[in-house]
Amino acid sequence: MARLNVNPTRMELKKLKARLSTAVRGHKLLKDKSDEMVRRFTVIIRRAKTLREEVEAGLSEILRQFSIARSVTPSYLAETAFAMPSVAVKAECETESIMGVDVPKVKLLGERKSDGLPYAFSEITGEADYSVSMVSKLLPTMVALAETEKAVRMLADEIERNKRRVNALEYVMIPQLQETIKYIKDKLDENERAAVVRLMKVKAKN
Amino acid sequence: MTGKTAIVGDGDSIMVFKAAGVDTFPAEDEKKAKEVLRRIAKDYQIIFLTENLSAPLEEFLKRFDETAYPVVLSIPTKNGSTGYGIQSLKNAMERALGVDILFHKN
Repeated sequence: MARLNVNPTRMELKKLKARLSTAVRGHKLLKDKSDEMVRRFTVIIRRAKTLREEVEAGLSEILRQFSIARSVTPSYLAETAFAMPSVAVKAECETESIMGVDVPKVKLLGERKSDGLPYAFSEITGEADYSVSMVSKLLPTMVALAETEKAVRMLADEIERNKRRVNALEYVMIPQLQETIKYIKDKLDENERAAVVRLMKVKAKN
Repeated sequence: MTGKTAIVGDGDSIMVFKAAGVDTFPAEDEKKAKEVLRRIAKDYQIIFLTENLSAPLEEFLKRFDETAYPVVLSIPTKNGSTGYGIQSLKNAMERALGVDILFHKN
């Protein structure tokens, strides 16, 4: 490990010692942060996985039903039936801090009517009713998944960044400082010995 | 803050969402989707994007992960799931933890 390019003086030694103790403390804190983030991350990713499976299963079923509905209905009829939604999705968007990372926190507003169909029953086949009401039911889960997956991605980024910081401190910064401190100490000791020897020599001459 | 939801995808997959009250933006290919996303990213907080579009736009979508909103979620299309959603979760986990603790059985 390369040592820092500094003059071997007591002044520098003092400065470096202060830097070393800061670096060690920072390293410990970051490591603790990393551990806690990983713990939170595992909890969140587990939730994301269950939600994802739920959404994928539900949505595949819905879209299959819906494409059946589409195929038995003329497309102009389908388009007019679906053009005007009778309900609007509103969401309350907040942020929540997980270990200093601002992740989204979404809540869907209002009770969703499961039969909020924008058309008359006579217009379209039953598969369409089914898929629309299922979508309405699935939306809260989808929003929860969106929020959770976003948290997963943001936390993953943060953990990666944090790991890099910890490694930089542990494998570069701290060894470098230690090595430099040792070098300065050796140098100062050497100077001291040289001074003693010089004094002895001077004394021996008299 | 009240947020709005939108869905970007090809015509058939997104029509059903329109009936459920989600604003829809048709986009037939990834170029169009990119354009639409750029336009609506500021106005919508939650954007659903079909997998066939989100997979090729992975790099582009990374920029939305810098801030909490908008949230972009990829969803399967009418042709069924391609496993892209699970795969991206797996990637995030391997990036963060270095190991796969959830999906190793598949």
